[in-house]
Amino acid sequence: MIITPIIMPKWGLSMKQGTVVSWLVDVGASINVGKPIMEVETDKIASDVEAPDPGLLRRKIANPGDVFPVKALLGVMAGPEVTDAQIDDFIASYVTPVDADDAEDGAAEQAWQWVEIDAIRVRYARRGNAQDGKLPVLFIHGFGGDLDNWLFNIDAVGAQNPVIALDLPAHGQSSLTLAGTTLADLARFIAKFLDALEVPRAHLVGHSMGGAIAARLALDAPARVASLSLIGSAGLGREINAGYLAGYVAANSRRDLKPVVEQLFADASLVSRQMLDDLLKYKRLDGVSAALTELAAGLFPGGQQGELPVPSLAAGGIPLLVIWGKEDRIIPASHAALAPKSVKDAKVAVLPGAGHMVQMEKAGEVNTLLKAHVG
Amino acid sequence: MARKISIKQAVNEALDQEMARDPAVICMGEDIVGGTGAGGEADAWGGVLGVTKGLYAKYGDRLMDTPLSESAYIGAAIGAAACGMRPVAELMFIDFMGVCFDQIYNQAAKFRYMFGGKAETPVVIRAMVGAGFRAAAQHSQMLTPLFTHIPGLKVVCPSTPYDTKGLLIQSIRDNDPVIFCEHKALYGIEGEVPEASYTIPLSEANIVREGKHCSIVTYGLMVHRSLEAAATLAKEGIEVDIVDLRSLSPLDLDTVLDSVTKTGRLVCVDEASPRCNIATDISAQVAMQAFSALKAQIEMVTPPHTPVPFSPTLEDLYIPSAAQIAAAVRKTIKGGQA
Repeated sequence: MIITPIIMPKWGLSMKQGTVVSWLVDVGASINVGKPIMEVETDKIASDVEAPDPGLLRRKIANPGDVFPVKALLGVMAGPEVTDAQIDDFIASYVTPVDADDAEDGAAEQAWQWVEIDAIRVRYARRGNAQDGKLPVLFIHGFGGDLDNWLFNIDAVGAQNPVIALDLPAHGQSSLTLAGTTLADLARFIAKFLDALEVPRAHLVGHSMGGAIAARLALDAPARVASLSLIGSAGLGREINAGYLAGYVAANSRRDLKPVVEQLFADASLVSRQMLDDLLKYKRLDGVSAALTELAAGLFPGGQQGELPVPSLAAGGIPLLVIWGKEDRIIPASHAALAPKSVKDAKVAVLPGAGHMVQMEKAGEVNTLLKAHVG
Repeated sequence: MARKISIKQAVNEALDQEMARDPAVICMGEDIVGGTGAGGEADAWGGVLGVTKGLYAKYGDRLMDTPLSESAYIGAAIGAAACGMRPVAELMFIDFMGVCFDQIYNQAAKFRYMFGGKAETPVVIRAMVGAGFRAAAQHSQMLTPLFTHIPGLKVVCPSTPYDTKGLLIQSIRDNDPVIFCEHKALYGIEGEVPEASYTIPLSEANIVREGKHCSIVTYGLMVHRSLEAAATLAKEGIEVDIVDLRSLSPLDLDTVLDSVTKTGRLVCVDEASPRCNIATDISAQVAMQAFSALKAQIEMVTPPHTPVPFSPTLEDLYIPSAAQIAAAVRKTIKGGQA
């Protein structure tokens, strides 16, 4: 007898509860792994909950509009051999586990760790464990982003491999000091970060600027890179949305920032008040604007990408996965075709219905691709 | 990194970080050091409610305890500002502004204009505002409208620790005179505040809650009362948009108009006396600029047009309550068209 609970997911380190928006399947429906079952909304973003295992949807517990804590029981999946009484028992005995990040007061802090590298204090998150001897996956965010850009990916990939996500220098909650403004500088910094965490070799997943940094590290220190996954990545072609970069750096009010951030998504309605407030809290810190201006000038001089490491990967033997949102308005999806085809196991996926933040908009598909690639 | 601190600590931290950053920043006020001859923090009160505590030990004579003469030291602060300093003068209770009004509205507010843009007056005058402190009619007023009336003054009144720190730092860096209003009933409330310095522009309202049925436009303590009302109304199926103005002059009318355009209904909540206050101003602007969006009459929730009573029972009745705000929202919904 296998009963699979459908639970409130935890998206990102600060999520404590979510609101059920709607069910996407009916009771009795047969469900495949990865099929969207329901839509859930947090104060940051809305997304789909996907089936962890195949089965029949047997019971809906949550109603649209209900608010549940993380890991609370929302519904039950089971095979036809399971009786209704057994499902009733399962529901009656289900206890919502205490969220480990929430166990104590001020616990959000414990979800993060800190390490100092070259006098730069770096915030990072670490999930999963290495019991199967699987190599860790390092997530590197893009320009102006932070580790919460991976809020839909860390736990899903972490169920398979150990995962690490960091805030780059002058990003998120890391120190507001740049570690240089070239890809080589930033790749060197990532190598030192991996040294500090005693990780000799890792799978690298990079988004946008983070993809270019990962590719640079793969060229400069190939022994440390088990595989590369480049998402909406810089470092393939010259073109980049210079208006976005300038607008993001300059915006200091919600009114100015909203249309800029909306360009990151195919579905602009995903840009919530909370998302903008969180970004403004970062952008308004003394020094952020100057640091981003300097970094943009270094990496994207004249509104174009200055360094293109990805095509040079052709000679290397590092497995490559390239993912793009078809409606990417920051770096065009046509750059996916510039990925070197001679690289070992090179795989390219262009996902419709997603923009630059494809790892958020199509989290399920991206997670499936990532897990298969790093597996 | 962010941690939880109170509004009182947020004010202290903003002053501390700006004094560390810019030697032109000085503080003046009654008892802000602790008394003449104070030997450092041990003897230093740090103002009537301890807001500036600890700063004298760090910055010494850059904090000046002044005589009990508001007209003298506010004038001195304005003069110092005109000569290149960035003084932060603490006036204790906004109720005492009367004795130094010429310095504020005829001098500080006019220098830039009268000298053809060649003079700047980067002074901040901090003062406690609001009722609920059992301090009677001369120490309890919400006099924000007296200052929004004057062109050339900026007026700020935050409701959270995060906003307090960012707006005070921005006020100190601003090149015009700013009246910075701190609600005494809010000093103790806590919220997440980054340790690093940051600024919030003096021209942006904050949306503290989103809803589609009615807009509440307010500031200061009334933001918290409105949030209480919103929680009650949500149980009845009524979702309100709450706009915290934060900065009363300049005023972010765009955010107000966007909200009213979305909801079609408006309740203005103001702790200031009802004649010519922030609520009447917002009402007039919305009626002029977004009349076609309105589905119902505009409602206002304010105290009665009386001095703040000393009787605790009467004082509690005087201050607009969450129940009054909720009732006003219901009235717009009943009185309006679908």
